[in-house]
Amino acid sequence: MAAEVLPDKVDYNRDIKPVLSDNCYACHGPDAKQVKGGLRLDSYEAATRELKGGLRAIVPKDVEESELVYRIHSDDADERMPPTESNKSLTAREKALLKKWVAQGAEYAKHWSYVAPNKTSVPEVEQKGFTHNHIDRFILKALKAEGFEPNAEADRRTLIRRLSFDLTGLPPTWTEVQAFVNDKSPKAYEKLVDRLVASKHYGERMAVYWLDMVRYADTIGYHSDNHETKPLYRDYVINAFNDNKPYDVFTREQLAGDLLKNRTQSQLIASGYNRLNMNTREGGSQPKEYTAKYLADRVRNTSTVWMASTLGCSECHDHKFDPFTSKDFYSFGAFFADLQETPVGGQKFTPVPSMAQEAQLEELKERQKGIEKILNTQTPELDKALVKWEKNQVVWQVLQPVKAESLNGTQLKMQKDHSVLASGKTPDKDTYTLTLKNVPEGARAFRIEVLPDNSLPKKGPGRAGNGNFVITEVLAKSGDKGIALQNATASFEQTHAGDKNPYKKWNATSAIDGDIKGAEFGWAVLPQIGKPQRLVFEVKEPLGGKNEVTFVLKQNHGTKHTLGRFQVYATAHSSSKITAQGSVLPPNISSIIAIESDKRNAQQKNVLAAHYRSIAPELSQARKVLGEVKSQIDGKQKSFPTTLISTSMAKPRMVRVLPRGNWLDDSGQEVKPAVPDFLQFGKAPEGRASRMDLADWIVSRDNPLTARVLVNRLWAMFHGRGLATPLDDFGSQGAPPTHPELLDWLAIEFMESGWDIKHMVKLMVNSGTYRQTSVSDQKIVDKDPYNLWLARQGRWRLEAEMVRDNALAVSGLLVKNIGGGSVKPYQPAGYWAHLNFPKRSWKADAGDALYRRGLYTYWCRTFLHPSLAAFDAPSREECTVERVRSNTPQQALVLLNDPTYVETARIFAERIVSEGGKDDKSRITFAYHEALHRVPQSRELELLSALVGKHLKQYQADTSAAEALLKTGAKPANGKLDKAELAAWTSIARVILNLHENITRN
Amino acid sequence: MAGGPSHFETFDANKPELIKMDGQPMPDSFTKGQSIAQLQNQKLACLRPQFPFRKWGQSGTEMTTLFPHLAKHIDDLAVIRSMYTDAINHDPANTLMNTGTTISGRPSMGSWIQYGLGSEAKDLPGFVVLSSHAGRSPQPISVRMWHAGFLPSQFQGIQLRSTGDPVMYVRRPGGVDMSRQRDVVDAVKALNGLQIPALRDPEIDTRIAQYEMAFRMQASVPNLMDISKEPAEVLNLYGCKPGDGSFASNCLLARRLAERGVRFIQLYHRGWDHHNGLVNFMKDHCCPSVDRAIAGLLTDLKRHGLFKDTLIVWGGEFGRTPMAQRNKGAVGRDHHMKGFNIWLAGGGIKGGVTHGTTDPLGYNAEENRTHVNDLHATLLHLLGIDHEKLTYRFQGRDFRLTDVHGKLIKPILS
Repeated sequence: MAAEVLPDKVDYNRDIKPVLSDNCYACHGPDAKQVKGGLRLDSYEAATRELKGGLRAIVPKDVEESELVYRIHSDDADERMPPTESNKSLTAREKALLKKWVAQGAEYAKHWSYVAPNKTSVPEVEQKGFTHNHIDRFILKALKAEGFEPNAEADRRTLIRRLSFDLTGLPPTWTEVQAFVNDKSPKAYEKLVDRLVASKHYGERMAVYWLDMVRYADTIGYHSDNHETKPLYRDYVINAFNDNKPYDVFTREQLAGDLLKNRTQSQLIASGYNRLNMNTREGGSQPKEYTAKYLADRVRNTSTVWMASTLGCSECHDHKFDPFTSKDFYSFGAFFADLQETPVGGQKFTPVPSMAQEAQLEELKERQKGIEKILNTQTPELDKALVKWEKNQVVWQVLQPVKAESLNGTQLKMQKDHSVLASGKTPDKDTYTLTLKNVPEGARAFRIEVLPDNSLPKKGPGRAGNGNFVITEVLAKSGDKGIALQNATASFEQTHAGDKNPYKKWNATSAIDGDIKGAEFGWAVLPQIGKPQRLVFEVKEPLGGKNEVTFVLKQNHGTKHTLGRFQVYATAHSSSKITAQGSVLPPNISSIIAIESDKRNAQQKNVLAAHYRSIAPELSQARKVLGEVKSQIDGKQKSFPTTLISTSMAKPRMVRVLPRGNWLDDSGQEVKPAVPDFLQFGKAPEGRASRMDLADWIVSRDNPLTARVLVNRLWAMFHGRGLATPLDDFGSQGAPPTHPELLDWLAIEFMESGWDIKHMVKLMVNSGTYRQTSVSDQKIVDKDPYNLWLARQGRWRLEAEMVRDNALAVSGLLVKNIGGGSVKPYQPAGYWAHLNFPKRSWKADAGDALYRRGLYTYWCRTFLHPSLAAFDAPSREECTVERVRSNTPQQALVLLNDPTYVETARIFAERIVSEGGKDDKSRITFAYHEALHRVPQSRELELLSALVGKHLKQYQADTSAAEALLKTGAKPANGKLDKAELAAWTSIARVILNLHENITRN
Repeated sequence: MAGGPSHFETFDANKPELIKMDGQPMPDSFTKGQSIAQLQNQKLACLRPQFPFRKWGQSGTEMTTLFPHLAKHIDDLAVIRSMYTDAINHDPANTLMNTGTTISGRPSMGSWIQYGLGSEAKDLPGFVVLSSHAGRSPQPISVRMWHAGFLPSQFQGIQLRSTGDPVMYVRRPGGVDMSRQRDVVDAVKALNGLQIPALRDPEIDTRIAQYEMAFRMQASVPNLMDISKEPAEVLNLYGCKPGDGSFASNCLLARRLAERGVRFIQLYHRGWDHHNGLVNFMKDHCCPSVDRAIAGLLTDLKRHGLFKDTLIVWGGEFGRTPMAQRNKGAVGRDHHMKGFNIWLAGGGIKGGVTHGTTDPLGYNAEENRTHVNDLHATLLHLLGIDHEKLTYRFQGRDFRLTDVHGKLIKPILS
């Protein structure tokens, strides 16, 4: 469209809106706070309203009376609009357009992208060799109208290379190229498309694009940028594209997978989308501030990903160009206010076992149940064994203290469980005197159980600073008569500082030795503190029917080594020896055994039988297996992969409008989840709207944006630019579509196909428009430098990941596994030196992990792998819809010197030498076939033959240089090949991998 | 000065009120409703400046006694005492200081300047970043601080590193000497060139030029980084030893870079986050590590005739509280965004000037309040760029380094 020629009918959306939006809206647009002179130009009503002083900016069909027309044409700097200080000015054409528009009645139309796509009939045009499907009919009509002809179809070698990169991100093999070139079938092209779209690598290629948009990464992004990997989400995305998950389902699962009925693990993983935002662990960060940041981040991301809306601009003010208000921004953010998260600090990961893992866990739990059933079943054999066992059990009877006195002022309190607890004053030494009752008839031994207690130092049982005590002597009396004690034993005897004790340890004996070796020595337990221990001694003569005894516990070691809590037991058991070793029956079992067997009730019998089963030698094997199964279950659960998912809180956070985005300002109104006011349609949900309602609204057939946005982005994948640009702003500031009817037709086709992405992809790449060659006449290029009208294909550098994948694939090093955790290929040492909390360094993986596709590279947001970053891979701190395509010296340095590319070159050289024949010409040809999918020209052959000859001589003369080159990278060189030869061909491989053509898709 | 150097211990020490209030509770009227970083739920008590100050030079600019070497250049400095920022934590504050906003993904100032002015350096990148450390365990810094954001990536800052390869991937592969590398680059160039007549793709010409640049960098960067051939007198002037990775070495490199036409040179010196050990870190580590080095740089630039064409800016991402922080050992100060100081010198700067004040307790910037965006507007102005006109369209909007803000700090302009 020539600049001078004005359209017959000026179109508001195409011709006027962009001019007004760009030049006038900053002061006369939707942002109510910025309006100057009371004039708004964003609606017919406002623009034609009478202003102060009786003027009207626009009087429809009356150019003379319209102040706008006067002002834009004025020569007076004080009157002219836009004003000088705005740095904006209108071109002659723009002025003429505005004037003509006013003359034609100044018709306003709603912005194109906010009106539902319009189903127009497909143009009835046809051109043999070009029109393969309806897309081409729309394109052809526009081409003709603009004075262009379609370009020729590209040759087959170019087509397969283009399709392979576009659909799988990988180059074709030479075998595949030849098969396609020689395929005589009339549907050869379509068959190739079907094969590539069905390839599992299709999902990987599409995922790269999606992961950029949703800002998928392996670290948190802010400050310390800690590890936070979520590869299950990445796998979900790859699988979703491979399975051709309908886009509406894909959308619902990511925004609200956790809210779906009968949700699957995969849907839970998908809901991790809401958790992909950056987050912080920086000390001193305020939760409220970061909660506000995360809300804003989610609004920016969701509105850009699905709707190409710059709703994010309304965080601080009403949008200047589009009808979004600040309230819309916060209401949109409120959809996410139910998400459970940690505002400042590590996020909580959720285990998400695979189906196989869940089945394995289920099986283990079944086994556990089976074994537990055996362990819980009482049999006649067990009954018999129990009777036998019972006879040998020492039954300890707890003695009830009647009186407890301290010599030196310790407070001794008798507890409900008949233990004694010391508190209050802590004397250096003390002697406790206790009167105890309930001594069983014929008692033969006593037991002092020392016990931990939270009130004691280090939980006791002693009162010394380290929790220890020393019982230096125990005296027992029955009435006035002393009871002789013997055979003292203990559960543990302290050897620590044993050299200070004449017994060489702090043993039980020294507590009943009459202090013959010194009054300060006795029984102690360091370091086994904080748990119960026991001291047992026999009486020389069984006690008669005495119910009461008195114990004197001397603690004369000093330095507060007194007892904190303890209990005394007695037994009348008649076996030969009673010691502190072995296990002691639990008190409830003791008391059951103390009852004669025929007097026990059913419950007591059951409890006793259960206890026996828990120790019965007959069941030891089953118990052992149970322990193993339990630890397997534990290990299995720990091995479950984890990820961040969406979890909805019953009580969502309150969301307020933050004036000017200031999180400290609580004066704004409270808002509930709601979609932008001017895009309301359908029935509002009852009650509080959820993320599911948001997802439903986004993928509603009535939403004018969603389908258009996605088909436009798919289009850009295959043509280098969208039908509407930019890809991330469908608002007033974006350019209107070059082919509005085609965009609408594609959007409707997409929705009517059931949001079928593969269907749209095939439609686009099967078109004649796509099949054109990218080489065209200079005149055409000059006439349409940005290729708006598509009279040729595009030509552009491969994306960062593809640059890597291509080199690996050509060399044969590429490991083609799909999915899994992130990997660490080589990275220059010290690149992470600026990270802290904690300090860390990159440790390259070994083996296969070094040769995975670029999309699996560990994505550190603050220090992205420099090799990917050099080729414009984004940091994924924010949504990236369109990567820039730069051409820099860093790219040259990466391809020349990054060990990955040197290694691929030398492995490629091994293939050239072993598979490429004997002479230089056939080897160079082989290399060209494999990497560039074409035959070398004679000049290329000459040049590379000369180079290989020169370097061969050099490396033959300097074998250590050859060896050094062949050592680059982890993969050992093929020892059967001549080193100098391999090194020389590595030079050739490096040249080819560095060629512009090698990293270009055309 | 990454981490946030204290203004009270540098250029804003004349605070008799704060000295009087030393140890007293900080008045509520200052702190109520304000954001606080690590002092949340702590007692807020005043802490007097920890070092004496005096008036220096003809201008009588007030500065503490921690910078005896810099003091000789005091009449060249324009000190701004009324800086303030919007973020109280390192990451967002650094992002704001470098990109004009706390939202990630925007171009850094060095990238804007490259985008606006292009590069003069023939065999070096036009925007380089160096870093060093002295003092407290350093805060992380991120590529975001020198990233090109949505600008094409040729405008992003390139790190020059003191250990490992000075520039990422600048080292040739083992077994490939300079001549063989030249052969490879020549072959790539020749083969790429063969495509031009048929394709007429300007990207091929650019690619050829970038390979040349890359090749030159393989010689020029190591050459640049090698300061061992500098005379002893020069090394002594800065106080550095070749290969020590110090801030002083980086200052000397900065001069060498400026000489070679590199447009934007950014030195990160980390370790200024003095939540504790303020006195010790300032006196024994941080200030000595920069004082002689910067003084040396100023002297050296002057005698090379570069001073009048070079703009030097010294400062951190924020200041520090007038309140003491005592929960991490010896006394320190917390992050502070409402008032801090920086200085500028060199091309277009009026020396011996102080601009703006903080209130008597050094809490709020008071007179001639200067936002980070104002500083950026002024930096661009000094480089001959109108900050309102240097724009780049992204997502349908014309973005600027100064967002929708920024006003010139006229009194410091010569």
